[in-house]
Amino acid sequence: MENESGALSRVAGLFSARGYNIESLTVAPTEDPTLSRLTLVTRGSDEVIEQITKQLNKLVDVVKLLDLTEHRHIEREMMMVKLKVQDGEQRAEVVRMTEIFRGHIIDVSATAYVVELTGDSPKLDAFIDAVRGFEVVEVVRSGVMGIARGDVALRL
Amino acid sequence: MQQETKTVELTGAEIFVRCLQEEGADLIFGYPGGSVLHIYDALYRQDKVKHILVRHEQGAVHAAEGFAKSTGKPGVVLVTSGPGATNAVTGIADAYMDSVPMVIFTGQVPTSLIGNDAFQEVDTVGITRPCVKHNFLVKDVKDLATTIKKAFYVATTGRPGPVVVDIPKDITAARFEFSYPKSIKMRSYNPTVKGHPGQIRKAVDLILSAKKPMLYTGGGVILGNAAKSLTELTRLLNYPITNTLMGLGGYPASDRQFLGMLGMHGTYEANMAMHHADVLIAIGARFDDRVTGNIEKFCPHARIVHVDVDPASISKNVKVDVPIVGQVDQVLKTMIKEIKASGARPDPDALADWWKQIDEWRAMDCLKYDKTSELIKPQYVLETLWRLTKGDAFVCSDVGQHQMWTAQFYGFDKPNRWINSGGLGTMGFGLPAAIGTQIAHPDETVVCVTGEASIQMCIQELSTALQYHLPIKVVTLNNRYMGMVRQWQEFFYQGRYAMSYMDALPDFVQLAEAYGHVGMRIEQPGDVEGAIQEALKMKDRLVFMDFITDQSENVYPMVPAGAGQNEMILL
Repeated sequence: MENESGALSRVAGLFSARGYNIESLTVAPTEDPTLSRLTLVTRGSDEVIEQITKQLNKLVDVVKLLDLTEHRHIEREMMMVKLKVQDGEQRAEVVRMTEIFRGHIIDVSATAYVVELTGDSPKLDAFIDAVRGFEVVEVVRSGVMGIARGDVALRL
Repeated sequence: MQQETKTVELTGAEIFVRCLQEEGADLIFGYPGGSVLHIYDALYRQDKVKHILVRHEQGAVHAAEGFAKSTGKPGVVLVTSGPGATNAVTGIADAYMDSVPMVIFTGQVPTSLIGNDAFQEVDTVGITRPCVKHNFLVKDVKDLATTIKKAFYVATTGRPGPVVVDIPKDITAARFEFSYPKSIKMRSYNPTVKGHPGQIRKAVDLILSAKKPMLYTGGGVILGNAAKSLTELTRLLNYPITNTLMGLGGYPASDRQFLGMLGMHGTYEANMAMHHADVLIAIGARFDDRVTGNIEKFCPHARIVHVDVDPASISKNVKVDVPIVGQVDQVLKTMIKEIKASGARPDPDALADWWKQIDEWRAMDCLKYDKTSELIKPQYVLETLWRLTKGDAFVCSDVGQHQMWTAQFYGFDKPNRWINSGGLGTMGFGLPAAIGTQIAHPDETVVCVTGEASIQMCIQELSTALQYHLPIKVVTLNNRYMGMVRQWQEFFYQGRYAMSYMDALPDFVQLAEAYGHVGMRIEQPGDVEGAIQEALKMKDRLVFMDFITDQSENVYPMVPAGAGQNEMILL
């Protein structure tokens, strides 16, 4: 969509005005600074998704739209989790978990670790489940980003 | 984008006025205020763009709607920031629901003050976002001309609609070289123009195979200037046709093939034909809930062709079999060509049986009313108005029972003559809409049909009508009730008339006279015809006719909410 103030609120406003639900939404400028790319996850019957697609296409700020679920595609989400660590044993356990999930520890302090993790959403959910034994101080998730496999592309 | 070659440095306000001139928008409706004073000053210093001063910003928008609906040209509005903009919102939402091409310019506090809760500041772009086709905030004077060009382009192409341009005061003072783009392209806005030829062929095959066909056409035919093509296609096929409230005039009401309006207060024959049709041809209509009734019971036997310029209108409420996205007129013309070229014609025996069935439904005479009553029947007033104006007046309606009776009893043979608030149902629409219509058509008869409740919602515009010498004929069906509310309370709330009685009504005759107009009160059925004749003779005066009508009259037929189209309450 056009990288203009108000474009995002048009999309968000459309969803609330028409009673559609946003499960996740991420947006950032692209390599072309006049364009932003927005990945939005929603749920609905075929009819509802068709209507959402048409309504989004009607927004003047929306340049192009692709339903990734109609294509083979990759979804990724990034997460940062701050965990309270009390002692050496806990620290070792967090390091081990992070390795298993192929994450990174990106901040270390006397009482807390910050773990960075990337993957599809179920993997991130699984990590949170796995570290429930620790005190989870906070969780930040980016929302889902998606891209189609192969030659299919969302570009002008 | 092509730029005009000559350039001169002008203030934003002057650029604004020049843009309107270039756009051919020589008539605007508005109300001044602090944030638009530079613009008003620039308007004062020229004479190409005429400004109509209303008495309330809502009136400005409705007047511009009347102008747009009766001419097909975009309506233009200019109001100030804050309350100017919020007062305009009802009109903007109204124009959005009825897809009226409009450009609304709102003043805004200077850019340096935006977000500071400044005097008369509101987030106009935020407030109007859900009820506009698009809106803009101009943040730099160098973008002003291009933004105005874009606004007119978006408002008038594809499915038309209102576009708001919010202009901060400092932008109207800043200077920049003026050049107005001749044309504009927007990568993110490309409305579909032509219907897909394959889909049109599929539609034609289905249409010709019908045994019980029905044409159901809406406001898109009027907006898309397609009444002529629709009439040609309908006659070529000899199929029955119904119009939605917004589509009246799209097909001549006096024609044998016309079954009247459909929907909640549609005719028995139109609704029954919809219910029993095997092929439904929907053109420029949007399957509104007031049309379909209970969606589960809607057209249970029909395969559906749907032509619309807006893809989002297709299969939104009702799943259709052959969708065609494109400009209605182009699609209809292609259909006519295809049918003529194919030489195929509908099954004549099946069609004869279908017409026989329809004529039986027609014989129910569903719009009958008591013609012997000693009280004035509202239907009689409208029938008389239709007869005396030869069905050729511009009729602007408010919202309620009188609106439905006008739709039923004033047969429109031409498009753009029936001007009402369909989607939003805005009481107060009628009088200002009549003002915009009369200004656009100074020599035509313009009637405002209203009720004693609706008229009071924008009655201040009687003053505007005097200022511009607009000889509107106001027909008030005064039953001392908010009639449609009263009707629902009678039918569905066991006659508990909560707050629907209009107590303490003004003396409308004196009120009209106080505003400098002619007032009449008509209390006897025998006086109706004479009064309308007398009013129509006063070519240079606004005449306010206060018809004291039967309080107990209801609009029939009625499809109650939640019922199927074939489940009508009849008189």
